[in-house]
Amino acid sequence: MAVVFQKPKALTDAPLHYCPGCTHGIIHRLVAEAIDTLGVEGKTIGVAPVGCSVMAYDYFSCDMVEAAHGRAPAVATGLKRAFPENVIFTYQGDGDLASIGMAETVHAAARNENITVIFVNNAIYGMTGGQMAPTSLPGQVTQTSPYGRDVTTAGYPIRVSEMLCTLDGPEYIERVAVNSVKNVKAAGKAILKAFRNQVEGKGFSLIEVVSTCPTNWGMTPNDALKWVDENMIPYYPLGVYKDKSAQKEEK
Amino acid sequence: MAEKVLMKGNEAIAEAAIRAGCRHYFGYPITPQTEVAAYMAKRMPKIGGTFLQAESEISAINMVYGVAGTGKRVMTSSSSPGISLKQEGISYIAGADLPALIVNVQRGGPGLGGIQPSQSDYFQSTKGGGHGDYRMIVLTPESVQEMADMTALAFELAEKYRMPAMLLADGTMGQMMEPVELPEESNDTVEKPWAVTGTEGKREHNIINSLYLKPEELEQKNIERYERYKLIEETEARYESFMMDDAEYCVVAFGIAARVAKNAVVAARKEGVKVGMIRPITVWPFPKAPIAEAADKVRAFISVELSMGQMIEDIRLASECKKPVYLCNRVGGMIPSPEEVYAKIMEVKGGSK
Repeated sequence: MAVVFQKPKALTDAPLHYCPGCTHGIIHRLVAEAIDTLGVEGKTIGVAPVGCSVMAYDYFSCDMVEAAHGRAPAVATGLKRAFPENVIFTYQGDGDLASIGMAETVHAAARNENITVIFVNNAIYGMTGGQMAPTSLPGQVTQTSPYGRDVTTAGYPIRVSEMLCTLDGPEYIERVAVNSVKNVKAAGKAILKAFRNQVEGKGFSLIEVVSTCPTNWGMTPNDALKWVDENMIPYYPLGVYKDKSAQKEEK
Repeated sequence: MAEKVLMKGNEAIAEAAIRAGCRHYFGYPITPQTEVAAYMAKRMPKIGGTFLQAESEISAINMVYGVAGTGKRVMTSSSSPGISLKQEGISYIAGADLPALIVNVQRGGPGLGGIQPSQSDYFQSTKGGGHGDYRMIVLTPESVQEMADMTALAFELAEKYRMPAMLLADGTMGQMMEPVELPEESNDTVEKPWAVTGTEGKREHNIINSLYLKPEELEQKNIERYERYKLIEETEARYESFMMDDAEYCVVAFGIAARVAKNAVVAARKEGVKVGMIRPITVWPFPKAPIAEAADKVRAFISVELSMGQMIEDIRLASECKKPVYLCNRVGGMIPSPEEVYAKIMEVKGGSK
């Protein structure tokens, strides 16, 4: 019988712990497919964050390191400096990457550290039960913004891709989503490119993946996917924000 | 015998680390340890190593954590306020059972404190510092020679026991110049089947981790770690005993305080006072045995410290409070003079029967 679809080799057989309707599973698969496509599983070391994907170290079959909250880009820097020929990636959420780990993120990008960063933005702290994230939208109700995010006291959401693309350092910054088949396909392509860039020695590549959290958004999985289209993507437009190599070719 | 060179303590650490095969250094500027970073910045690019000035001490220690996971020799250095920032990473390194060297060239505290020498991070270094049940091997050099020798030793012990090791120096040790015989080239010989190196498709994936959500599993991890710590306490406590054979008074001091106190001990001996000194070389594990032994012989202990009295608690514990323990200290970057220590010895002698 012809195999038309199978689990990527770079994923283990461990059952994922994610909530129904959560898109972490899709993003894990896309990362694993990129690793499979490039045939680099044996020399890949992944760095898991603190947050919902904290146990990603059980799901990827490559060597893994569990980092402290927000420190994944620093840990990845250490790994990459120790093994420049290996493929090093981080997998981080919005609280991890854009709040507590903002300094690590910005400086790894500024150094053009030759690593791949998968940034999952679902506008909420999922693991701890749905608190306001640095990317929570204005007016968004969370456990710690029960009356809606009030920008006069809680400040504005941070558009990470837009901010990082102002730096000279990073090679590639793209924002994608995984709420439709079309978007998933585009996300897969972007993630593959982010890994290929590293293999080709091009430098820091970050893919921001707009994701969902039906549990903490208080929505059905379907409504969560719709909410991405109607609320998340208008605030976080999809697209390539920086592609240094392409820019060079144009010149 | 190898030739002696004149070096600053901070530079001796850096050169000794390179000779010990360390090719990865991550730091952040802070006085009075900056020469370590400066030396590494000059040398590492010439020998295919990594010098990286991180965006913060927190990042630096997490970079150390990353390299430590690969099994390669790695270090960072800082001074007291910077070491406070590194505590998160140190706890993770301990929790993931990784070897690494952390150098603390202490300055006065708390807070921003000052930039002059101090020993007031004793509690932080020996009692935890970061969160959770863990220990670090803590070595306390008293000369530039020991700065070099203990750097190599710290790497060895950290690897042997899979745990962080700290070189606990102070501003004096870092800044002073002395002739030093640099250690021979060495490198790690310990097998590291746990390291993340890429599976190469030949083995199951390795995971560097300190998270155990099942409490019985986390409990077991802690118990196993403490079995290792017990072995270290039994076998790795290091100290120097000076004129203790017939001593009636025992000075206890480490690092720069020991250098000063030794002069006072010699001066008091000239006056016929039977005083000796125990110099802890490791402060964790604390050399409990010689203190306990002395407790049965001497009339009193005098703890000479550059703190408000931190090591004094360990002396009391090790001696089971059998004899009084007096404190002779200066703080805030001040160093006691040999005369002050001498005066304290005489005062204690006059007062204790």
